[in-house]
Amino acid sequence: MALFQIAMSSSSARVRPGQIVAVALIAAFLVFFLLVPVATVIVTAFRDKATGAFTLVNFLDFARTDLFVRSFWNSVYVSSMSVVVASVFALPLAYYTTRFEFRGAAIVQTLGIIPLIMPPFAGAVAMQLLFGRNGSVNLLLDQYFGFKIPFMEGLNGVIFVQSIHYFPFILINLSAALRNIDRSMEESAQNLGSSGLRLFRRIVFPLAMPGYIAGASLVFIKVFDDLATPLLLNVNQMLAPQAYLRITSVGINDPMGYVISVVLIVASLAAMWLSVLAMRGKDYATTQRGGGGLAKREMRTGDAIPAYTMIAVILALVLAPHVGLFLMSVATIWSFSPLPDGFTLKHYATVIFDSGQYIWNTVLYASLAAGIDIVIGVAIAYLVLRTKVIGAKWLDYTAMAALAVPGVVLGIGFLRSYYGVILPGGQSLATYWVMIVIALAVRRLPYALRACMAALQQVSQSLEEAAENLGAGKRRTIQRVVVPLMTGGIVAGFVTSFATAAVELSATIMLVQSTADAPLAYGLYVYMQSPAGRGAGAALGMIAVLIVGICTYLSHHIAEKDRARKAGTA
Amino acid sequence: MRNKLLAAALVSTLALSASIAIAQTPTGKLVIVTSFSKEVTDPYKKAFEKANPGVTVEIQNRNTNAAVKYLEETKSNNITDLMWASAPDAFEALKQRELLEKYKPRVTGIPEKIGDFPINDPEGHFFGFAASGYGIMWNTRYVQANKLPEPKDWQDLAKAPYHNHVAIAAPSRSGTTHLTIETILQGEGWDQGWRINKEIGGNLAQVTERSFGVPDGVNSGQFGYGIVIDFFGFSAQGAGFPVKFVYPSVTTIVPANIGIVKNAPNAPLAKAFIEFLLSPPGQELLFEPTIRRLPVNPATYAKAPEGMPNPFNFKWTGKGGFKFDTDLSERRLGVVDALYDQTITFQLEPLKKATKAIHDAEAKLAAKPNPAAAALVKEARDLIAKMPVGEQEALSSDIVNAFKGGGKDKAPRQAQLEQQWAKFAADNYAKALAKAEEAAKALN
Repeated sequence: MALFQIAMSSSSARVRPGQIVAVALIAAFLVFFLLVPVATVIVTAFRDKATGAFTLVNFLDFARTDLFVRSFWNSVYVSSMSVVVASVFALPLAYYTTRFEFRGAAIVQTLGIIPLIMPPFAGAVAMQLLFGRNGSVNLLLDQYFGFKIPFMEGLNGVIFVQSIHYFPFILINLSAALRNIDRSMEESAQNLGSSGLRLFRRIVFPLAMPGYIAGASLVFIKVFDDLATPLLLNVNQMLAPQAYLRITSVGINDPMGYVISVVLIVASLAAMWLSVLAMRGKDYATTQRGGGGLAKREMRTGDAIPAYTMIAVILALVLAPHVGLFLMSVATIWSFSPLPDGFTLKHYATVIFDSGQYIWNTVLYASLAAGIDIVIGVAIAYLVLRTKVIGAKWLDYTAMAALAVPGVVLGIGFLRSYYGVILPGGQSLATYWVMIVIALAVRRLPYALRACMAALQQVSQSLEEAAENLGAGKRRTIQRVVVPLMTGGIVAGFVTSFATAAVELSATIMLVQSTADAPLAYGLYVYMQSPAGRGAGAALGMIAVLIVGICTYLSHHIAEKDRARKAGTA
Repeated sequence: MRNKLLAAALVSTLALSASIAIAQTPTGKLVIVTSFSKEVTDPYKKAFEKANPGVTVEIQNRNTNAAVKYLEETKSNNITDLMWASAPDAFEALKQRELLEKYKPRVTGIPEKIGDFPINDPEGHFFGFAASGYGIMWNTRYVQANKLPEPKDWQDLAKAPYHNHVAIAAPSRSGTTHLTIETILQGEGWDQGWRINKEIGGNLAQVTERSFGVPDGVNSGQFGYGIVIDFFGFSAQGAGFPVKFVYPSVTTIVPANIGIVKNAPNAPLAKAFIEFLLSPPGQELLFEPTIRRLPVNPATYAKAPEGMPNPFNFKWTGKGGFKFDTDLSERRLGVVDALYDQTITFQLEPLKKATKAIHDAEAKLAAKPNPAAAALVKEARDLIAKMPVGEQEALSSDIVNAFKGGGKDKAPRQAQLEQQWAKFAADNYAKALAKAEEAAKALN
């Protein structure tokens, strides 16, 4: 068997022209829309500010500056703790919804993804109103018990908000992985006498490891690079805010901001490399695709009560920002009180009559970007895991590095690289709306890519070999076997890319040239800059949440149906 | 007869072509880059489009720093007609980089100066359209619930009851806060100015990263007091929030500006917009409840709503009439911002701890006088106030070049200077804390 596999894999590893073309196309995309723009910006990190000559002295300055070193360790601490807290939120939700016959599993899964689409500004403002030093919770605590809890203060506040914001990465990837586990594995373990927690710890969880690691490394990197949350909580002694503050306030020619960007990129790459290392030498593929995931059990009443309670508590916590956002969107005045002074619907009217174009643009841009992402994601995953094409691994690393590029850097890079390119009609390429889509696609590609990777890792190669033995060509095998088996992961990737692209702001804000082309997040930013606009901004945020929520629910529905169909025909 | 007919035809043709010429004046699309919120820009967009049928106004919202950078990055193929924002230094910077076109508005009745500040750029690159002063806003519910006082001056914010209740935007992030800090420095002098800034710094609950973070936090009651530009206070009142606003004695009134971008694609329309903005109807729009800015045309104040002050009746320069020096402000902009960030923003926790210890010791001292302890407290206060660089040194070519680039080979780099300043501040705050605690112990 082993010999046979070796022989087979060497034959399937032969490099084909189609693969080389695919590599070249993806490489060109990454070079033009990631490497070149970023290089035009970070080259500053290696330049002497006075003379413009090449130098490494700026990196030495980084290591010698207490503030930067402190920021670095703060970022590491916050990212690691966020992974831990996010796992605490995600594990029970993923386990219960995939493991048991669970009423409302689709709703829990959808609601569990909603936090990812916490719109910038609005989300943090809403959190402040609920959990801030004089938010609803603390005002009530103070009134009845005479103390306050500093949920939102300092690094712990960042961990609190980030875990709520990003735990869906773990939830989505882990759920997809759990659903892909072969039931026969579990049954074998049960036949051998394993059950309960031991079964979960020794069999189920290790088998779902690719999904968990994919999610956890995303959370780590995302938190490490995230700008909006620390900035909005006014925590500035972390690496990403330091980079942003340097670039946007000290000046475009100041090297330190770009040095920090380079450090961010390197640290994120290191985290990814570690996660690859953790997975190395382990085979997680499952051959049979019998019942489609773990055996689902009826929950006993004794289990059901704690399970529902736990899920209710977690959901209440992770949905709090949206509850706050909703209250804000219907509030008249909300100031230093547990609840708003009065309620109104006029903010929704304002937004719908004034800003319809934002909503349409968002749906268009985010779905195009997510579409580009899954096509590239599937292609890279396949090239890396199934072929020996030279450079495939590098495509993976490069695409993932996009995660580490601050949005502002990418935005400035796009302007610098493509502003001079004039389209027929006199418009500059950098300001053409398609560039916003491409910037979003580049920024969200890592999410889709990780999801596709995890999905393909779980598909056994022997299934493709079987298809090829039966006479199917490479293309047909990919179309009819590989992609369908990956559907769950692809949908997960699409949803994550779409949902997060829909609320992206940092790169878009550099590229938006006219309100007619602006997406929703930009409109929200504009509204949120004035006292009278807060309610309208919140209303726009709620609309964003609804759009993404509906799209997520629909794609789950499609994925479920697809799974049911496959399970039926298998 | 025949000649008469001919003349009539000639006249009517002339009249017709003249009327065509008038109708032709402004058409097309006007692109404005602005840091102002939708509440400010929307009324102007609507009014201007209504007055000029066939014109569309395209508003692009960016914060002031990003807008300057954007105009710089896009100058090779500029598509922006107007830059419209508060901070005069940003316009000064644009002017120096030759990104602004000269123009002379035809509107009359606007004085040359407001307070000590020239309303328009003397060389005609940008024009003030509204005046703004800096001051303190507070949330009345917050202040009542915590039984706190109402402030009158900057120094009030440095007092013990205000500890942990005040918010400010980082001057490096907010052009308006930068001007506030610079106003205090110029009005009180370098040393005394920094002393006040740091004493207020020790009472801060937070340094926010956006200008709007401060009024937003005060409106929602996250902070009690905020150091803001006046219209944030007035427009929050206009929106119904329970807030008040006061101008301290040392403040300056500074115009918010508009300027035509170099190589503007639609310069005639840009000029028409400026004329509209400065005309009486344009100036009156500033009184809208969501805008609430002070017009630069004194005649407009006849129609001012309740509670809007008239800056032309004010004695703005309480402290013997100092002159706000925009040029000085522009020259040391980077240095002042970095000093603030390195000694206050990024040292906030140690600074607050030392300040709290001083307040505690002073409370004890008031109850039980003790010269030795009083001397220790004074030393602690001086340690906090101490700055790593003096006023002259801050303008020295070494430091200015470190921030601008293009200095000599052996000169210090910005990152090195910043590390020195941060360390200087951290060391002094630790010493100040020790002194204050020693004083408190002596008083037990």
